[in-house]
Amino acid sequence: MDNRIENRSKKGVTGTLLSSDTTGATATASAPFGHALVRAGERNPRIVGLTADLGLYTDMHVFAKRFPERFFQVGMAEQNLLGVAAGLARTGFIPFATTYCTFATRRAYDFLAIGAALGRANVKVIAGLPGLTTGYGATHQGIDDLALMRALPNMTVIDPCDATELEQAVEAIADYNGPVYLRLLRGQVPIVLDPASYRFELGKAKLLRAGSDVALLSTGLTTERALQAATRLAESGIEAAVLHLSTLKPFDCQAVLSLVENIRNVVTVENHLITGGLGSAVAEVVTEVGLQVRLKRIGIPDCFCASGSIPYLVKRYHLDSESIAAAARDMLTTEKRLSVS
Amino acid sequence: MSVAESCSAVATVRSLKVRAQKLRRHVLRMAEQVGQGYVGQGLGIADLLAVLYFHEMRYDGQRLDWPDRDRFVLSIGHYSIGLYAALAEAGILPLEELDDYGADGSRLEMSGSETTPGFEITGGSLGQGLPQAVGMALGVRLEQRPARIFCLLSDGELQEGATWEAALAASHYCLDNLVAFIDYNNQQADGPTEKVMNVEPIVDKWTAFGWHTQRIDGNNIAAILAALEQTRIPQGKPHAVVLDTRMGKGVPLFEQRAKNHFIRVDATEWELARQQLEESNEGEDSDG
Repeated sequence: MDNRIENRSKKGVTGTLLSSDTTGATATASAPFGHALVRAGERNPRIVGLTADLGLYTDMHVFAKRFPERFFQVGMAEQNLLGVAAGLARTGFIPFATTYCTFATRRAYDFLAIGAALGRANVKVIAGLPGLTTGYGATHQGIDDLALMRALPNMTVIDPCDATELEQAVEAIADYNGPVYLRLLRGQVPIVLDPASYRFELGKAKLLRAGSDVALLSTGLTTERALQAATRLAESGIEAAVLHLSTLKPFDCQAVLSLVENIRNVVTVENHLITGGLGSAVAEVVTEVGLQVRLKRIGIPDCFCASGSIPYLVKRYHLDSESIAAAARDMLTTEKRLSVS
Repeated sequence: MSVAESCSAVATVRSLKVRAQKLRRHVLRMAEQVGQGYVGQGLGIADLLAVLYFHEMRYDGQRLDWPDRDRFVLSIGHYSIGLYAALAEAGILPLEELDDYGADGSRLEMSGSETTPGFEITGGSLGQGLPQAVGMALGVRLEQRPARIFCLLSDGELQEGATWEAALAASHYCLDNLVAFIDYNNQQADGPTEKVMNVEPIVDKWTAFGWHTQRIDGNNIAAILAALEQTRIPQGKPHAVVLDTRMGKGVPLFEQRAKNHFIRVDATEWELARQQLEESNEGEDSDG
């Protein structure tokens, strides 16, 4: 084999990534959103599906196949997608509209703000390729969507961790009357939370692991890595608590405060810019009540990201479990140094 | 048409002219409170609103959420002055409330929102009305309701790309329960529409997008009625009606000044405006 080709094959490459399984998880579910929406649609005939030429890439095709008469393809037109969804909501339907995060938020923001959020229209935006879950670059990576959606009055914002939570969240938001922005994981989606015991509740954080040395506050798929980081930390005698905050808005302030009251070393982890997302929300909550904590925000720094394979990107921007563990260790080490001096 | 039908048609036009005149009086009443505003648009669109609210649309003023109602979707929020006039005349808003138009704390905002009874959406961020009207048309059709959706756009609003995204979708889904009116008064914020960004040939554009398209004198009630008759003929296409209207219609003082999107009026001029409105009405009556 040609040497150049051999070398290249050892490198990760940008692929047309169709799956949210970014780490080679052992247990996965196939198209959990599409199947959960079909179940919700079987229960409630008012649920309709829409997409802007991304049915196959957002698992909406599962719903479209089951309920062709309740599915609307609007073509490559995200403003119209959300406008049509708002119109359907105003005639009593529960529209689930899919596209990618970047297009739903950056391109169609005003249509979501005025068409849906202002009048609390019952529109569910299901947004694919959150953060670093695509090999494509800045055009397709939703790195600022949580900040944009958190800023909208009346909007509910959810970043689920895995297939279990995504499925349960679909059920929950179908029953909730109001506009929702839900980040989508699609294709083969890891199962991290036990479907038998985990219960998603809108607006509620879940303490997934108790600990007393450092608090890892995470959202979305980074929760899996926070749990892995906690395991690594435990090996070196550090007890990390993991609080999973899948609902970014309304924010479970109480859960955050009761945890960090006792653990003053706090690391936030998110698949998003460190501006305007989970890290910001935690900082707002703790500073407003006057709690003194040490806070390290892990997420994408103030930059547009490169394209590349997912493992490469996750490492490059320090969103992997080892980086999370290292940040926690570093925080505890500097704390010791500070208390000695 | 039989003699009886013809007499009835004449009576319909006459009664709708009386309604349009009342709407224009309401518009002046509101505009005088704030001394300025979108009085030109309110006067220009009064004929269409009179026909829709007092002839064409099926609705129940006591039950605004009636699922089978026809829906009027005001995309151009700054025309709210015209819609408030129609809603007050229809008994949906109290007439006295018109005096609160544009006042601090009033629900009759200069660019209206869906928090006001009778408003189906919040227009004003232009380009958002037609997409929502398409969604409504799909929704009522899915439930096989007889409701129709009437959406009011402006000529300048055709410069918003989302309008054409929605135009494609309406045609793709064969929404013949949807009627889009385009108020063509050739005025937008920065000047005449043809100078700011030409939207002609407007009929060709809508036709090319797959719409059944008509262009009429938007200040002629008989013409509006005739155009609406056409929209009842099922063709498997959405309907566009381009309305050539005169801003400030009915008040020559404002018609002449209507080179401005947003008219300023001196306090002393309102009495003259009211007089001119009543005189122009007498003239119309003598026209038959």
